Amino acid sequence: MTWFLDHVDDVLSLAAQHIYLAGLPLLLGLLIALPLGWLARRYRGLYAPFTAGFGLLYTIPSLALFILLPGILGTRILDRNNVLVAMTIYTVALLVRTVADALAAVPADVNQSATAMGYTRLRRFFAVELPLAVPVISAGMRVAAVSNVSIVSVAAIIGIPQLGLLFTDGFRRSFYDPIIVGIAACIVLALLFDLVIIGITRVLTPWQRAAGSAA
Amino acid sequence: MIPGVLEWLSDPAHWSGPDGVPARTVEHLWYSAVSLLIASVVAIPAGLLIGHTGRGRFLVVNLAGAARAIPSLGLLFIMVLFLGPRLSGDAAFLWPSLVVLIVLAVPPILSGAYAGVEGVDPAARDAARGMGMTGGEVLAKVEAPCAMPLIFSGLRSAALQVVATATIAAIAGLGGLGRFLIDGQSVRDFPQMASGAVLVAVLALLVDLLFAVVQRYAVSPGLTGRGSRGAVREMTVAVRGDSGETEPQHTS
Repeated sequence: MTWFLDHVDDVLSLAAQHIYLAGLPLLLGLLIALPLGWLARRYRGLYAPFTAGFGLLYTIPSLALFILLPGILGTRILDRNNVLVAMTIYTVALLVRTVADALAAVPADVNQSATAMGYTRLRRFFAVELPLAVPVISAGMRVAAVSNVSIVSVAAIIGIPQLGLLFTDGFRRSFYDPIIVGIAACIVLALLFDLVIIGITRVLTPWQRAAGSAA
Repeated sequence: MIPGVLEWLSDPAHWSGPDGVPARTVEHLWYSAVSLLIASVVAIPAGLLIGHTGRGRFLVVNLAGAARAIPSLGLLFIMVLFLGPRLSGDAAFLWPSLVVLIVLAVPPILSGAYAGVEGVDPAARDAARGMGMTGGEVLAKVEAPCAMPLIFSGLRSAALQVVATATIAAIAGLGGLGRFLIDGQSVRDFPQMASGAVLVAVLALLVDLLFAVVQRYAVSPGLTGRGSRGAVREMTVAVRGDSGETEPQHTS
């Protein structure tokens, strides 16, 4: 505990780096997964290759990806953009299936009503399908967020600063305190991401609250 | 980078001896298999029982959620610092890593088994009871076979996590393919690191593929709809419910 109090500033700055490396890819990943998921839903033949294909990206061990990306992107190994790209890849891998399934779960009669009311396909997507898909997409985002927070810490092995550095630092000095503080901080961050996603979902789905209070 | 990797991989010196690719691959698979086996022996019966009795549901859901948030690198270092001095010889390197791999593998297997049994169509369960089966028979003859798809998807995500994390365990002195990544880094041998990374990625894909194939043949045709259409397929949907698969996991 005293170690933590002596190093609050360091821990907070590492936590800020961690939030950036785990959080930004969540947004980028969602932006990429939305059109891909939509395509997988729109064209039945694409569903299996898309969900299986992007799902396979998730099987690449993170340390391997962190090491291979510089060679593919032409970046330096210590460039933290490698971690951003890797985390975005994992987020996309998780979310393509989620988005496709979420869109598929939108009731057909709702879609037909929108079409009958004169909605164009694009407008129907943004005004009807996407809002109704929010709860399922949000569940996928929560899984991706927790997983990202945990995976980012592995980047400490190649020396990218974030909370994982507390692990390698503590291990090198056979010193428990930084490791325990690092684990606790990772869990707190994961909870924080979870709460933010739950909060945004509540704002975006007012009808769910209405149904909840009426019941 | 690619020429460097090809050159490294095609050098016969890297394919023989105790630190060659075949020996490291066997080590990697050995650690992964032992951890998965121990985790399965604990988690599959526990998950089936929790699903069957409906008791302990709270425990499974929260355990799976909490376990996902624990960074395995941190857990690994804690285990090495804690267990390492208490063991001697190879065991001092081996057991801390195995414990982490087992701890990683238990939650997905447990929730797969539990969700599989819980998702069984109540009508199938009632029919089995109506035919005079005891609780144990219902579990063994109806619930467990129907839960197979989800048990396998739990095993599959556990296997992926274990194979990936076994790579990281090289930093704590474990053998396996992770050695190429960690040792390569310490001497700034980038081709060796990248080759190790390629090998690990390929191994992870092959393990995933292996599980997919085994799953295809281990799951009853009545559930997958293989070889028949219509009614069976509809029943599959009913049995599987809308949950489909357990969530993929990957914490390393």
